[in-house]
Amino acid sequence: MRFALVGNPNCGKTTLFNQFTGSNQHVGNFPGVTVSIKTGKIRSRANCTVVDLPGIYSLRPYAADEILARDFIINEKPDCIINIVDATNIERNLYLTLQLIHMQTPVVLALNMMDEMRSNGGSVDTAKLSELLGIPVVPISAAKNQGVGELAEIAYETAARHIRPKISDFCPPGPVHRCIHSVTHVVEDHAERQGISPRYAALCVIEGIEDITKSLALDENEYELCEHSVLEMERETGLDRYAAIADMRYTYIESACARAVKRPEESQEHIRSRRIDNILTHRTFAIPVFLCIMLAIFYLTFDVIGAWLSDLMAFGIDQAAALVDRGLTAYGINPVVQSLVIDGVFGGVGNVLSFLPIIVVLFFFLSMLEDTGYMARVAFVMDKILRKIGLSGRSIVPLLIGFGCTVPAVMATRTLSSDRDRRMTIFITPFMSCSAKIPVYSMLVAAFFPRYRGLVMTAMYVAGMVAGVVFALVSKKFVFHGNPIPFVMELPNYRMPSMKTTLLLMWEKAEDFFHRAFSVIFVATIVIWFLQTFDIRLDVVTNNEQSILARVGGAIAPVFGALGFADWRISTALITGFMAKEAVVSTLSVLVGKLEIISLLTPVSAAAFLVFVLLYTPCVAAVAAIRRELSSTWKAGFFVVLQCAIAWVCGAVVYQVGSLLF
Amino acid sequence: MTLDAVPIGRTAVIEHVGGEGDIRLRLLDMGVIPKTEITLTRTAPLGDPIEVRLRGYTLTLRKEDAKNVEVTVL
Repeated sequence: MRFALVGNPNCGKTTLFNQFTGSNQHVGNFPGVTVSIKTGKIRSRANCTVVDLPGIYSLRPYAADEILARDFIINEKPDCIINIVDATNIERNLYLTLQLIHMQTPVVLALNMMDEMRSNGGSVDTAKLSELLGIPVVPISAAKNQGVGELAEIAYETAARHIRPKISDFCPPGPVHRCIHSVTHVVEDHAERQGISPRYAALCVIEGIEDITKSLALDENEYELCEHSVLEMERETGLDRYAAIADMRYTYIESACARAVKRPEESQEHIRSRRIDNILTHRTFAIPVFLCIMLAIFYLTFDVIGAWLSDLMAFGIDQAAALVDRGLTAYGINPVVQSLVIDGVFGGVGNVLSFLPIIVVLFFFLSMLEDTGYMARVAFVMDKILRKIGLSGRSIVPLLIGFGCTVPAVMATRTLSSDRDRRMTIFITPFMSCSAKIPVYSMLVAAFFPRYRGLVMTAMYVAGMVAGVVFALVSKKFVFHGNPIPFVMELPNYRMPSMKTTLLLMWEKAEDFFHRAFSVIFVATIVIWFLQTFDIRLDVVTNNEQSILARVGGAIAPVFGALGFADWRISTALITGFMAKEAVVSTLSVLVGKLEIISLLTPVSAAAFLVFVLLYTPCVAAVAAIRRELSSTWKAGFFVVLQCAIAWVCGAVVYQVGSLLF
Repeated sequence: MTLDAVPIGRTAVIEHVGGEGDIRLRLLDMGVIPKTEITLTRTAPLGDPIEVRLRGYTLTLRKEDAKNVEVTVL
């Protein structure tokens, strides 16, 4: 038995899913779209699985979320839809319910947040509502785990006996009714052949849902008949087809609510939200407060908790490596194999694990921001700024996280509702100078610009942002043609986040990163180890200058002639920087020695080098994350090449112009 | 009058939802339809977007889109 969980965003869908399944869930990706869907076994009922579809307001196919939900219902034919509805916001939530009912798949309505409704003096006559909608209505409180078991039982019953909604007609006699009736009559045979409900098909034709209409394969005559009915309805109601149908649905909902729902006055939760918003979206304080919150999250993630966890993990790995090292030495194993195990395997694992604490801690905070409802306010406050570069307010959070680490920043774009915005944000994020680049800046600034430390550091960050903005503007013009998804967003009441949901999200993100990134990072580490350890005759090198890596560095060094640093040591350091940005520093120290770097570069070529390091390819972990979120190796690869090209051009401009000036 | 021009704190009744494309359909889906009462509750710190309340929930939309919603202030 398979149930589909459908509902608006912010109605407690994830909480209900977690109550149903516990930790017994599995995240999968649908082919072709980046929307991930979760499946889990229901704990209280054997042989029942539940699929968590994306939170949507309507089945109209605006974007991947809605299309996925709609197609899942049509093609996968779940045995029963569990439609979760926020009782405190029942009118708008029922809009989706009516659309689901039209599809004539068995539906059960889970009326969530009933506790909140009651505590504010409201009530719902569930029997009456059930009668008016023709489907079972079960009051629940997902957060308090009330009514969830009963809901599963009723969904099971409804599915087992295949009870379809008893009502499918929501409009009183009149022009809209006549139109739906006659269109239904025309499309009936076609719809049944396609396995969809005739009334749903008729509404798709009226509302101009192209893909469904096309699949009906109406002939010209039938199409004309439908169009004629629609035009007549438009003329008689004085509304166009979209407004007329929306009006029909809301009119029914209003009358049903008037009979079955006693609305509370103003809820405590809303009064509280308004008070919080008086500060958090305050005319003057909103932006400073937001920046302070982000700074606090950064400080806690990168300096306090993340750093502590990272150190702990590094310590563990070092201990394990030392132990194995001693064991191998005692065994007298071939030194190359020993180096492979210690430098390659342990190094690779260490590199992967070093990201985990940051991801886990950062997603703890992000989940807090999202679940409390603050993230929606951030989008509200920052929208005007982000709009200028063709994004919406929601993108600000991933972009800011980019200053810490590109990996979680790219992973955080998953919450953006539009595919276009998501891809664009992913492409801009690496321009935000990540914290691993700081050691590189520090070393060069100390060597070349000791008196302008603060200025140069700030300039690096500003340069990254400027490059990101320019890149956004250019790509908006040439690549991301499509209109941005309209910015119409609900501001939910502030709520206490659920610990269970937060912990599950942290686990999910860590697992996700580990699964997808492990192989990429691990292989890359081994490859670099191999290139560093052997010379071109595959003999173990005694001098770094003879390694294959140094040869490769030497071969590509001339490329950097235009940037003023055609030296094999620098190009080799840049290659190792692909593993982790900090590695640029360690490689340079090994190959050149920290002091002698002054002999390698001039201040102008050092500036070009800084710009190149700022802009060139993100590290392998970030590339793995980008590849995962774009679900395309090809696009991720293209992006790496593009970034290197941009970095090269900017570096060359700095060097050439700088050489003329100084 | 259009929705973006409603003074903060005042309630209006929607007369007509104009504009075109997804933004208009989305507004209709969210219950922004003629005869609905809508209150402008605040504007974002930078003056745009605006926050409105209708049907017992809070919605935010950009001023350029709110310009397409014709209302009568009560």
